[in-house]
Amino acid sequence: MIINHPLLGPRDAAEFVYLGDASLMERPDPQGPEAADNFHDYAYLRKNPAGEHRELWYHEQGDRSWLVVTRNTLTHEISKVELARDVAVTRRGGQ
Amino acid sequence: MRYSALNILRQGLTGNKGWKPLWRDPTPKPEYDIVIVGAGGHGLATAYYLAKEYGLTNIAVLEKGWLGSGNIGRNTTIIRSNYMLLGNEPFYEMSMKLWEGLEQDFNYNAMVSQRSILNLFHSDPQRDAFVRRANSMLLAGADAELADEAQLRRELPFLDFDNARFPIKGGLYQRRGGTVRHDAVAWGYARGADQRGVDIIQNCEVTGFQIKNGVCAGVDTVRGPIRAKKVAVCVAGSSGRVMSLAGMRLPIESHVLQAFVTEGLKPVLPGVITFGAGHFYVSQSDKGGLVFGGDIDGYNTYAQRGNLPVVEDVAEGGMAIMPMIGRTRLLRSWGGVMDMSMDGSPFIDKTHIDGLYFNGGWCYGGFKATPASGFCYAHLLAKDTPHPVATEYRLDRFRRGHLIDEKGVGAQPNLH
Repeated sequence: MIINHPLLGPRDAAEFVYLGDASLMERPDPQGPEAADNFHDYAYLRKNPAGEHRELWYHEQGDRSWLVVTRNTLTHEISKVELARDVAVTRRGGQ
Repeated sequence: MRYSALNILRQGLTGNKGWKPLWRDPTPKPEYDIVIVGAGGHGLATAYYLAKEYGLTNIAVLEKGWLGSGNIGRNTTIIRSNYMLLGNEPFYEMSMKLWEGLEQDFNYNAMVSQRSILNLFHSDPQRDAFVRRANSMLLAGADAELADEAQLRRELPFLDFDNARFPIKGGLYQRRGGTVRHDAVAWGYARGADQRGVDIIQNCEVTGFQIKNGVCAGVDTVRGPIRAKKVAVCVAGSSGRVMSLAGMRLPIESHVLQAFVTEGLKPVLPGVITFGAGHFYVSQSDKGGLVFGGDIDGYNTYAQRGNLPVVEDVAEGGMAIMPMIGRTRLLRSWGGVMDMSMDGSPFIDKTHIDGLYFNGGWCYGGFKATPASGFCYAHLLAKDTPHPVATEYRLDRFRRGHLIDEKGVGAQPNLH
């Protein structure tokens, strides 16, 4: 698979380390009322769709950036690659 | 028809015209006591043991494609019970004992060959870890035998003992381990279940579950709805897809594992051999081909094919322990989809929906578990309590903190 890095261009997936479901970026509130349940779901019940999947890849043998890759788990086709930092900033409302 | 030497003789003298198909092709009835989703090894074993051990025969096994078309026909056929943790080892040892009596039990030749499995170690700390595992195996009634370097040099002179990076210091034998003809396992269980009245219905994909007020009363299929008192899902590889039809999310990721076969060689490998410093396991089939595999590709996928970096990694693992295989040519490679669970161990459990049961999460160790998985799942379905050796395989173990993590790598499915 070739991952089209937003800064470095097309790179071989073998340069990356795979972490999984991109919702791992959305850590629950440890002080929240149902923190134990939320952390259980956060850590163990990840999305596992047959089809489009947003997932975290770490460019270990490159610029060490975290990427959010949107990839189809049935065809391995990659439709979108974003810097995880940009995704996190957008989610926080541009800060 | 019972298979025997006498029967072969009789059929041989009468032109082999009396052989019957191994199973019927029934049309689905509107209702069963138990519907098993998935006619793979585990599903068929479950039906077989339900009928044989627990006397329940009003059962249907539904299969999306053809019988045995999933991972039962895609694995590297290894059987072993060399686990360490208490939640696992008694279960896998039960499986090994069932393998040992399987062919007599279901009267079918599954070519169970206890040609031994050898896990190589390459350093003193790894030796200590293997001694610990061996003791754990012995405590569960399995066999384990530590071999030092001198013994291995005598028995397996072709190994690269003086490899500069990963010298071979010895190994852990389980002599009762070995290989089994994988397709024959599915066929034997299917025949045994069918003979006892179980309906095996192929080309019958499940498209939904009939769930009302937290109770599952049956399934919808492409061949119409089927009511059932109990629905037992057993579709490892597709667990995520099928259970999402019931609105459930599982502690499982789906990954692809590749396997490889070389051209046929004269007998060179006496048993199964595994590399201790990378991930590589190899055996030689009765046709002579080297059958081997290594790591999963490492990313979520439902495609039954992998990518080239892992092919290279597996080949490097092979070359590191037995350079003699460098000149053999690969004939075939293929991929199968694995249920990689969050701690590397499986599930055999009821779900929070009444009447809906789940068996899955076998990572890439499901084949060796086939008999015990079927037996324990049948026990759970018949008695509604887990079998004594499968009490730890609960879906809520992460919530309780009772993980069964053999490798100790945590909630990172692609590392198990």
